[in-house]
Amino acid sequence: MTASTTETIGEGRRGKGEGGKPSSILLDTTAEDHHIARMAAVALGLTVLENAIPSPLPGVKPGLANIVTLIVLARYGWRAAAWVSLLRVVAGSLLFGNFLAPGFFLSLSGAVLSLLVLAFAQHLPKCWFGPVSHSIYAAFAHIAGQMVVVYLWLIPHAGIAYLIPIFAAAALVFGTANGLIAARFMDNDGKSNMERLP
Amino acid sequence: MSWHDPIGAALPHIKTGDWLTLLLGGICVVLLTLNLWNGGLADKAVIRSGGKIFREVPLSRDQQIEVPGPLGVSVIAIEKRRARIVSDPSPRQYCVRQGWLQQSGEIAICLPNQVSVELTGSVKKYDSLNY
Repeated sequence: MTASTTETIGEGRRGKGEGGKPSSILLDTTAEDHHIARMAAVALGLTVLENAIPSPLPGVKPGLANIVTLIVLARYGWRAAAWVSLLRVVAGSLLFGNFLAPGFFLSLSGAVLSLLVLAFAQHLPKCWFGPVSHSIYAAFAHIAGQMVVVYLWLIPHAGIAYLIPIFAAAALVFGTANGLIAARFMDNDGKSNMERLP
Repeated sequence: MSWHDPIGAALPHIKTGDWLTLLLGGICVVLLTLNLWNGGLADKAVIRSGGKIFREVPLSRDQQIEVPGPLGVSVIAIEKRRARIVSDPSPRQYCVRQGWLQQSGEIAICLPNQVSVELTGSVKKYDSLNY
């Protein structure tokens, strides 16, 4: 699965070899790699879109990219969802120029904790729990992960506790909304065609 | 699909367990808000002058306290479990205009006269100045 990380760069890199002959390095990629890369690209697009939306409080974001993660989780399993989510975080940070900056680690900690919680949440009985539950649990995990990093690293002061209710309320609202959107999308392609989303 | 009725169309996607999750999340948010947003009842006022604690007085007894500072005397009043700075020789009067302090963690500072009054509860909470 190592090859899939290069998917964001391209299918293969071409360079000038010895004596001017063009040599090419081709990475073996599977159909699944391509699929993950495509999904990560969609998630990345949503991240860019979301950054254009002004936010009343830094940190309160709808997390639209998680819709993609939820769909991938439901259709292709946790491993693929983890790939898509983490690729989105890394590629997104490169895109916005905050790779290894505090914002990147906030995204990363949120994504990692969300994925951990989703690993458990996906085993909830399917007839009772749908993407909405997954989304809400993941959203709460996301803010929990971020708050831990904020507290341990950025603002080691108990005063940030004051902001937790705002973040929790946002997590509930946006988690529900994202879950519903994900459910709607899967509803659509379940009935009509399987390739509604790229 | 019916985009004209988003809420009605969305409802079938919320299963029984999802409602449960929503309820759980809602309770979580309410509990967090109640726990983290009540400043806590204050029961003591800590009066500082020149950085040192001048007096610690309980809020249960109404009284007026005169605190000397480099510019003159600041008068602090305690009344009905609240505290305020009644008068102060500072030029801009910020601490006087702050009015009554009621919740634990609230603080009024007269910087020029180096006098401050801070309310504390039984449990020392964070203050709103520090973040």
